[in-house]
Amino acid sequence: MGILESLKTLLFGKHDVSEGKKDEKPEPAAQKTEPVHVAEKPADVIVEKKASIIQEPKEEKPVAEKITVGHVHMSGCTGCLVSFADNYEGLLTILDKYADLVYCLTLADVRHIPEMDVALVEGSVCIQDHLAVEEIIETRKNAKIVVALGACACYGNITRFCRGGQQNQPQHESYLPIGDLIDVDVYIPGCAPTPQQIRNVCVMAYLLLKGNDEQKALAGAYLTPLMNLAKAGTEACGCDIMTQVINQGLCMGCGSCAAACPVRAISMEYGKPQIERDLCIKCGACYAQCPRSFFSFDVVNQYEAIMDAIDGAMQP
Amino acid sequence: MVLGNYKQVVAARSTDPEILRGSQDGGIVTQLFAYALDAGIIDGAIVAGPSDEPFKPEPMVATTREELMASRGTRYSISPNMELIKEVTRSYGLDKVGIVGTPCQMQAIRKGQLYPVGLRDVPDKIALAIGIFCMENFPYQGILQLVEDHGATKIDNVRKLDIGKGKFWIHTERGATVDLPLKITHKYEQPGCHVCLDYVANLADISTGSVGTPDGWSTIFVRSAKGDDIWAKAIAAGAFETKPIESVKPGIDLVTKLATDKITKNQKYLESRATEYGVGKALRNPYI
Repeated sequence: MGILESLKTLLFGKHDVSEGKKDEKPEPAAQKTEPVHVAEKPADVIVEKKASIIQEPKEEKPVAEKITVGHVHMSGCTGCLVSFADNYEGLLTILDKYADLVYCLTLADVRHIPEMDVALVEGSVCIQDHLAVEEIIETRKNAKIVVALGACACYGNITRFCRGGQQNQPQHESYLPIGDLIDVDVYIPGCAPTPQQIRNVCVMAYLLLKGNDEQKALAGAYLTPLMNLAKAGTEACGCDIMTQVINQGLCMGCGSCAAACPVRAISMEYGKPQIERDLCIKCGACYAQCPRSFFSFDVVNQYEAIMDAIDGAMQP
Repeated sequence: MVLGNYKQVVAARSTDPEILRGSQDGGIVTQLFAYALDAGIIDGAIVAGPSDEPFKPEPMVATTREELMASRGTRYSISPNMELIKEVTRSYGLDKVGIVGTPCQMQAIRKGQLYPVGLRDVPDKIALAIGIFCMENFPYQGILQLVEDHGATKIDNVRKLDIGKGKFWIHTERGATVDLPLKITHKYEQPGCHVCLDYVANLADISTGSVGTPDGWSTIFVRSAKGDDIWAKAIAAGAFETKPIESVKPGIDLVTKLATDKITKNQKYLESRATEYGVGKALRNPYI
């Protein structure tokens, strides 16, 4: 329990520091004499900067040691970003305390991919679009950790079914998961990935980069299966449940795969999954959700404490 | 650690004669859910309901006492209760979900809470997860084979199936009893059960099973903070009659023995998958 105790101390400790500073609206006449100096921040997503003659106080940062995160948009539907935003106030907490959003097409006004700790890449790469290819290469060069956010980036998902010939770019026909072009560190499968899964990975990534040794160990143990998914390849399909679980003699019929499928392609017949392959969109959620795909006793046995800690970390 | 973390272990049975009439042992799961429904702790529970085939369970969302009553008793064939875990928060619209399941299903639910890859907005809606002791499970065809072939009994005439005292028991509606030695049941077990390293649902809020207590009673492990809170309230509400586990026969030692047996056996099988099923190849190990 030592890990979790110290995890809580760290997280609640940060919480105390931020107390009394949250939600401070800029007061037009206020004269803040001592703005807190923080690391240079290329973009600010929370406070809208407007050209103003009134001197606004600088935003105070409750935590100096944030990680830098960027959202890189390849060929995808923005559903993954929306899902991230669906953490609602949790998103603000993440941006307040743990991460600076340094690149994001829709939320941060930055043209070129800057250096960052974590790149969340959404969508697959159209290899006929040179800009996309350049961007994914630039992303790999500039990011310490590349996370494939969502099924298109991990496995191609529905973009696997593209054949080109459509307006207004008929030549755009070949879409590859990012793992076919660059090394990827972590996968977050699913279409869309769930807000809670993205949140958990964000908190764990923060601990991995900024935590103490114990926290790094916990975060490492949590992220390992998702890193292993990234190593395992760029193909996913409902068939994984057949080839990796049932054919390996591991399925005990719990029904997790059927619950995880976003398109209801899986039903349980006589205690085993029945997969409609024509409905499958190749998102990889069923296999990743299966308790017999990966299961770490070290992590899951501490579920109560980890969930409490994440809840604590998400308090504004 | 074969029994997992727990705050207390007791022997208990329901105080409701109506629940006990159709329950497998102490009526713990039905009574706990019935109490939690009444007390507003859960909005409904995913249980193993009846289906159109006898002794074939079908996951069902029970939101009333009547529905809970219809799903009393053990079926020995897997009910994929996790299948409904997302649906229950969607078309059923429940915010506080109860779920009962085998140890593997408890593992699935906790993994699902920590890694909700395809379970959007589900993790914080699990209000009460009840685990049941489980040595292994049978596919439905396996149950049919045992009852109709080995037991020479029509499945439609069966009143209750039970495993206990080293035998597989078939009780018919007309009062006849057939018992099969457990040895012949082994080959019908689900293969997936043989890699399971959990006997007493270590990851449940509260886990229960018949082993360790006399007929008509159940052994209860209260495990999580949530489980502890609900159990205390249920006791205060008079839902259960309890006895200290030390005062009953055969007691906790039998639970420990069976748990150790299961885990040792399956650990051995897991190791054999890595070494004895090929040359320079290994079958996949799900545990990392």
